[in-house]
Amino acid sequence: MAKIKVVHYINQFFAQVGGEEKADYPAELRIGEAVGPGLAFAANFKDEAEIIATIVCGDSYFNENLEKAKKDILAMVREQAPDVFIAGPAFNAGRYGVACGTIAAAVQEELGIPAVSGMYVENPGADMFKNQIYMVVTKNNAAGMRDAVSKMAPLALKLAKGETVGASVEEGYMPNGTRVNFFDKKRGSERAVQMLLKKLAGKAFETEYPMPNFDRVEPSPPIKDLSHAKIALVTSGGIVPKGNPDHIESSSASRYGEYDITGVSDLTEDTYETAHGGYDPVYANKDADRVLPVDVLRDLEKEGAIGKLHNLFYTTVGNGTSVASAKAFAAEIAAKLKKDGVDAVILTST
Amino acid sequence: MHICTVTPISVTVGANRIVPAIAIPYPLGNPSSEIEEEKAIRRKIVENALEALTIGVDGQRIFE
Amino acid sequence: MRLEMGYIYIKDIQFSGESKIEDGTLYVSEESAKAVALEDEKLKSVSFDIARPGESIRITPVKDVIEPRVKVEGRGGIFPGVISKIDTVGEGKTYALKGMAVVTAGKIVGFQEGIIDMTGPGADYTPFSKTLNLVMVCEAVDGIEPHEYEKAVRLAGLRVAVYIGELARTLTPDETKVYETCTLKEGIEKYPELPRVAYVQMLQSQGLLHDTYVYGVDAKRIVPTILNPTEIMDGAIISGNCVSACDKNPTYVHLNNPVVHDLFEQHGKTLNFVGQIITNENVYLAEKQRSSDWTAKLCKILDLDGVIISQEGFGNPDTDLIMNCKKIEAEGIKTVIITDEYAGRDGKSQSLADADAAADAVITGGNANQVVILPKLNKVIGTLDYVTKIAGASEETLRGDGSLEVELQVITGATNETGFNCLSAR
Repeated sequence: MAKIKVVHYINQFFAQVGGEEKADYPAELRIGEAVGPGLAFAANFKDEAEIIATIVCGDSYFNENLEKAKKDILAMVREQAPDVFIAGPAFNAGRYGVACGTIAAAVQEELGIPAVSGMYVENPGADMFKNQIYMVVTKNNAAGMRDAVSKMAPLALKLAKGETVGASVEEGYMPNGTRVNFFDKKRGSERAVQMLLKKLAGKAFETEYPMPNFDRVEPSPPIKDLSHAKIALVTSGGIVPKGNPDHIESSSASRYGEYDITGVSDLTEDTYETAHGGYDPVYANKDADRVLPVDVLRDLEKEGAIGKLHNLFYTTVGNGTSVASAKAFAAEIAAKLKKDGVDAVILTST
Repeated sequence: MHICTVTPISVTVGANRIVPAIAIPYPLGNPSSEIEEEKAIRRKIVENALEALTIGVDGQRIFE
Repeated sequence: MRLEMGYIYIKDIQFSGESKIEDGTLYVSEESAKAVALEDEKLKSVSFDIARPGESIRITPVKDVIEPRVKVEGRGGIFPGVISKIDTVGEGKTYALKGMAVVTAGKIVGFQEGIIDMTGPGADYTPFSKTLNLVMVCEAVDGIEPHEYEKAVRLAGLRVAVYIGELARTLTPDETKVYETCTLKEGIEKYPELPRVAYVQMLQSQGLLHDTYVYGVDAKRIVPTILNPTEIMDGAIISGNCVSACDKNPTYVHLNNPVVHDLFEQHGKTLNFVGQIITNENVYLAEKQRSSDWTAKLCKILDLDGVIISQEGFGNPDTDLIMNCKKIEAEGIKTVIITDEYAGRDGKSQSLADADAAADAVITGGNANQVVILPKLNKVIGTLDYVTKIAGASEETLRGDGSLEVELQVITGATNETGFNCLSAR
């Protein structure tokens, strides 16, 4: 089997070109050479992969000539056509870290070549790029080289071979917003007891799930005149015409439904039901108005309290449905409602 | 405008105008009431929601 | 309170003319077991089958999984208030048949229950691929209401488990373990230096197929209360609960609750295991507030230093979890919470419906939205008729080659939130 081809990016310091006085060293391609940390990678790869070229670039040069440096280096990488690109490790060197992150992300995005880098968690390049490329956690100085290479090298090979990458805690990369399952060595209850003992003793512990931040949106301005307003109904309670014609899933919905209620003044047991699998469906199946209040809004429409009840309602199942799916449904539904001149939406959920 | 039973979730995820509902399986109903009474309960919640839509809010507000 | 647990290891199950346990083999008379199951006139028929670890068998729709036990000394019997007469359990001596389970399956109302694969990738995720399973597929009489059918199957499973457990009454256990907690005063005197820790268990109580029973009481009608942790080992808590299958606690999990067992493991060494507080996850906001208020209050009364809180299910119960965590932390009591995640098939979504900064110590049972391919297996116990409708499946679930593309959600016990498994996520 042919060896996996690797192109490695390092700075002037690790190429032993020089220190700060050589930081303006322009990008240089050294074909067929493994340089500095590249030797450690080569040793770790054994016969499975080889560094076919090393790109050396001064940290100041890269950051001060960002566009040109990026363009030149991308051209070098394209020409070498490696299976995987490695940048760094940069440890706690700020400009080097940003350069590694920038070029690794560009190689991956623009050339479609998987890329990996590594640096200290507090390196500014870490936060900037950890969600774009696999960013291995390293110590804060070059004394951590062996440890960094021992994580980066196998990860690079996995990426090159297109193998499944495990969870951050297994592979040693920084959490990147994508949750990945893995089998821990201990069962959850034992992990919980150990975490509690640490917390009680005031010792450091690491939560398995840091709390998220949720989106915020500006409230829309108030409606001035309800009697002329067009009101629409949207629900995550899974109300659908009897038989669930679009097969909306009982959990983890992959779609939403759009249904016409022109002339419908009451949702009955024979005409509507719920597709939702997360709550006792008996009540909603008996009378879906309990979730989607069409009957009351028709009355209010007749009485003139509202201008009009929109003739379409939108529905999905909130049960176990990911926020990302829900967001995508909402964006489409909102666009349709806007196009139809709807003034306000009543969203009901179960 | 969000009508829901578990208003704390609505607050956490960021709804702006929130109206509390009855219960998760029947946010706008109450199966133990007579049909007419149940519809009156539903109407009250919907009217509350409509009124909330006519009121300006700063950030988030629960319309009890 | 002191409970001695005797473990009897079952190495095989076989059908036979007579029910008995001999040299680690359970022999089951189908006829007698059938008679026990069909004592309830709401059930029309039941068929028994055996599924062993490694066999090419898929069991679905799975409703409950139960470990047979028998109370040989002390007050009460197994499943008090449900199968045995009401009495406070948790002391004396109890035998459990280890390595096996009674599994109930069969057509059920609404959104069908879980899958247990005895081999292949699905088997890695369910704890019940490692047990010898005596499976009972139940069919109801015609025209029965869903609630009644659910109840009939639930009780039939428990009756059969008790029937099997009784076969062990006169045996000598292979292994014995003693579980003992102190009264409040004893505990303070005996372990003055150790942190006082309790287990807060949230019980699913959202309605049909999402219910739990405590001494026969529907958990949605309880206010939070205190149990001696050994009570669950005699079946004080049972499941009426299986949607979504991955993170609901089958009765087997209640009997073997891993938080209780792992806290006992540390009891008297690194901590003083004071007790178990049970609370519910109801559908009214006021009830959520009341229950979390009371849970925090009980923690305070017990003068606790720390608690482990386990959730059951997902979605709106995430709020009960966060409320419990926030209010208990506000009393100055340290918490660790156990949950699971719904982060989307790609793992990129927010995992919980609610969040708070107080929840800084979280154990996760994994992302239930993760997709797995379950290859076609040689034998199905139950039926695949509902496999596209269970929570975690879709219209595309059944693939051309007979394999199933599903989320972990469908697999019984896969992302259990009492920390029953090793599965986690980062």
